[in-house]
Amino acid sequence: MSTPPESIVEIENLCKSYRRGDQVIPVLENISLSVPVGQFLALMGPSGSGKTTLLNIVAGLDRADSGRLVVAGTEIGGLGEVDLAAWRARTVGFIFQFYNLIPVLSAFENVELPLLLTPLSRHERRSHVALALDLVGLHQRRSHTPSQLSGGQQQRVAIARALVSDPTLIAADEPTGDLDKVSAEEVLELLARLNAEFGKTIIMVTHDPRAAARAGRVLNLDKGALIA
Amino acid sequence: MAIPISYSLRNLWVRRLTTALTAGGMARVVFGFAAVLMLARGLEDTLVSTGSPDNALALRRSSQAEVQSILSADQAAVVETQPEIALDGQGVPLAQREVVVLISLTKQGGAGPGNVVVRGTSPLSLAMRRQVRLISGRMFKPGSSEIVAGKNIAQGFVGAGLGGALSFAKGSWRVVGVIDAGGTGFDSEIWGDLDQLRQAFRRNVYSSVLLTLREPGLYEPLRKRLEDDPRLTLEVKREQKYYEDQSEAMARFIRILGLALTIIFSVGAVLGAMITMYAAVANRTVEVGTLRALGFRRRDVLLAFLAESLLLSLLGGLAGLAGASLMQLVRISTTNWATFSELAFNFRLSPVIVLETLAFALGMGLLGGVLPALRAARLNIVEALRAE
Repeated sequence: MSTPPESIVEIENLCKSYRRGDQVIPVLENISLSVPVGQFLALMGPSGSGKTTLLNIVAGLDRADSGRLVVAGTEIGGLGEVDLAAWRARTVGFIFQFYNLIPVLSAFENVELPLLLTPLSRHERRSHVALALDLVGLHQRRSHTPSQLSGGQQQRVAIARALVSDPTLIAADEPTGDLDKVSAEEVLELLARLNAEFGKTIIMVTHDPRAAARAGRVLNLDKGALIA
Repeated sequence: MAIPISYSLRNLWVRRLTTALTAGGMARVVFGFAAVLMLARGLEDTLVSTGSPDNALALRRSSQAEVQSILSADQAAVVETQPEIALDGQGVPLAQREVVVLISLTKQGGAGPGNVVVRGTSPLSLAMRRQVRLISGRMFKPGSSEIVAGKNIAQGFVGAGLGGALSFAKGSWRVVGVIDAGGTGFDSEIWGDLDQLRQAFRRNVYSSVLLTLREPGLYEPLRKRLEDDPRLTLEVKREQKYYEDQSEAMARFIRILGLALTIIFSVGAVLGAMITMYAAVANRTVEVGTLRALGFRRRDVLLAFLAESLLLSLLGGLAGLAGASLMQLVRISTTNWATFSELAFNFRLSPVIVLETLAFALGMGLLGGVLPALRAARLNIVEALRAE
């Protein structure tokens, strides 16, 4: 089960297809990929190329039909649903295109959510959340609900939520897709900082070449296959 | 740790109009549920508290109520001489022969006729029934055609107030006093002189003998001796048990009919809660997907939505209960089937009814919430995250 620490994601011959009625639609075909620890990887490609599906599988949200997938030392294809949920909570921080903050919770409570799944005390949780919000520059707005924040601020809260439990991997799906140019730049700057200063491994799906330019490695997918 | 309860609470607050409407529907059913229990409880309390713990009642065997019972003077004399009977300060045994007859009187406000219990007794019965006291006028004089009316009768029937006159048994009877029996059944009776009433109704028998025991523990030997005596064919009951038995049939009927109707109405409230919760799940599909992505398990999602439904029903339950508690101010007058006489009583709320009502409300919340919560818990993460 264990893999050498220098590679955080190891994928071999991964395949995924969807079934629509009698029709089988292949989404990913024989993907093999290795992502070293601390890499900032951008996955690019046209709509329907399978990049989000690949990200979802690597992050433990979806399952592959076949192939081998080891993430952070765990072969996640063999995990049951409850174990996979616990693995996600420990290992992956998520950033979504539309931020996906819980509207009825404050910024502080949104960031605290992943920590509710850890054995940390209330006091410890508070200090972790304060640190994460400080890092994204939103500590002053901790009691605001998402509707009281701009899009860029909401995405920064989502980034704080993604990193508060100190995950091994950050999975970002179009993190700048819903932001104006300035906000997008701030978010990308933050991701680059997380990667450079804190050594976080980031896998980012994006359409935006400017976003991809901030990544250390860019891979293109087309029709479910990686293009060299 | 599971998804915090504040998440469920705030979601209810965010859609407060829907919450209020759904909880209002539940409150209506809960109100009905609590009111039925309070009605039955009020009836029981009124009749059970009518009896005193150290009093016993001798009746003809198998008679359900005093109006059906007949005791001859010989039988009454045997009962009165039992050694378990307490004596008053003058050494007189606290045993009271009584005759109970039903008469028809006209209710106030053109509400038609109603049956009223007339009890032939003596002023001694006031000493034996300590919960009964005169609140106006005076006690009837022995040997006269004077009567005292229970306060419900004085208020509820034409001519039954203090100073009024009632015509029955071919005579006119003057109301010289009003008695308050503390909300018990005697509030719905008329009392007069035993011998005057026996003559007027041409009864040469008695309905019952009321006994005060020297101590409550002496009841069993007294009962055994009197019931085993072949001359008597009597039944001896504790006074409280006698009135409890009277309340049983009617209280059970109220409960069964009332609860059956309430349960039928509760189907609507459960469906209302279910629709509200299904809408909540549909509106928050992306949220559910996000929570699951963050690592919350299906069970956590299930519990969060169930908690929301239970909180909704608790809100409805408390509102319904608050409304029902106001019913304690309402007084109901109806025919007691055991005696066919008019009996007035209040709705009565007890801690047990509060708990039963809240359990009923939470039961509705659980039934209404379980399917939507299961739906939320079963959502596929990827599909949930893609939802519009």
